[in-house]
Amino acid sequence: MNEWYMATLVGRDRPGIVAAVTQALYEAGCHLGETSMVRLGGNFTIMLMARCAQGGLLETLEPVADRLGLRLHLDRIEGRLHDHRIPDVRVSVHGADRAGIVAQVTGRLAEAGLDILDLDSDVAGSEAQPIYLMHIEGLATQGIEALEAALADLDAGITVHLSPIETMIG
Amino acid sequence: MVELDILTYPDERLKQISEPVERFDDELREFVAALEAKMRAGPGGVGIAAPQVGRFQRIVIVDVSGHRKVRQSHGRLVLINPEITEWEGLEVGREGCMSVPDYTGNVVRAERIALRACDEHGQSHEYRFEGYEARAVQHEIDHLDGLLFLDRLVSRRSDLFRRKVYR
Repeated sequence: MNEWYMATLVGRDRPGIVAAVTQALYEAGCHLGETSMVRLGGNFTIMLMARCAQGGLLETLEPVADRLGLRLHLDRIEGRLHDHRIPDVRVSVHGADRAGIVAQVTGRLAEAGLDILDLDSDVAGSEAQPIYLMHIEGLATQGIEALEAALADLDAGITVHLSPIETMIG
Repeated sequence: MVELDILTYPDERLKQISEPVERFDDELREFVAALEAKMRAGPGGVGIAAPQVGRFQRIVIVDVSGHRKVRQSHGRLVLINPEITEWEGLEVGREGCMSVPDYTGNVVRAERIALRACDEHGQSHEYRFEGYEARAVQHEIDHLDGLLFLDRLVSRRSDLFRRKVYR
């Protein structure tokens, strides 16, 4: 027990993937930690923290991954629960899709002290006119003003909104 | 002063509906003082409700004046038998709770509210709150009805309500 693994499962999306994977883990006596599961480009992607009382995670997950056509990857990790950090800034980005938006925006933000805790991005619009959208939550380790300054002369066509996250603890 | 303990989820008592206060006496005021001390002892705590310490009466305390980003507020507020009389606007904001350690999430609340409540001497007052202070008051009043912010979470991925834009 107590050894956390990160399991990555990726494959063509179909109904029932989460139920089948988590049922197999449950029946093998494994515990789940934090997970992220999302459909990306018609694939279903799972990253999950798991630990097992006994037996191997690989032996447990391999049959279900094979049955569902999922690629499986396992890593032993140095990880623990109850280690959440509270973001203090949210960054929303959108613009006509082109290569380099994420690299340009996150490069500047990183230099200005942004520690990204959560990021999701998407391509929407049409095939002829795709648009790129990105949402980031993170920690502004040098303050939000530093992030604002870093984005001041961003290329035209990329819209960025910065907003502070004021967490209310009641 | 008695040291109060915070009930934490999944304690079933947090789902209990609290009763109105009927007697505004010294015992009540002593409890309010102890409840306020508990709120101020927590890191960053800007509000507390009586059921969070196992007293199921309609008493909440809010004080957002110490929060760095709050420009205007009513300061220390003891809200007994509070009743929200008006709601306006909706806004997503992030909340955490002393009764739910190690988790924060997005919750939709009214941007502005009007409220009637008694103080610890039984005097009735009317208030108007907005923004962060309105959020704190709504969060605490939820405790009186057995609700946690966990009951009102919205997905972080689907942003249904636009946040205030910083620039």
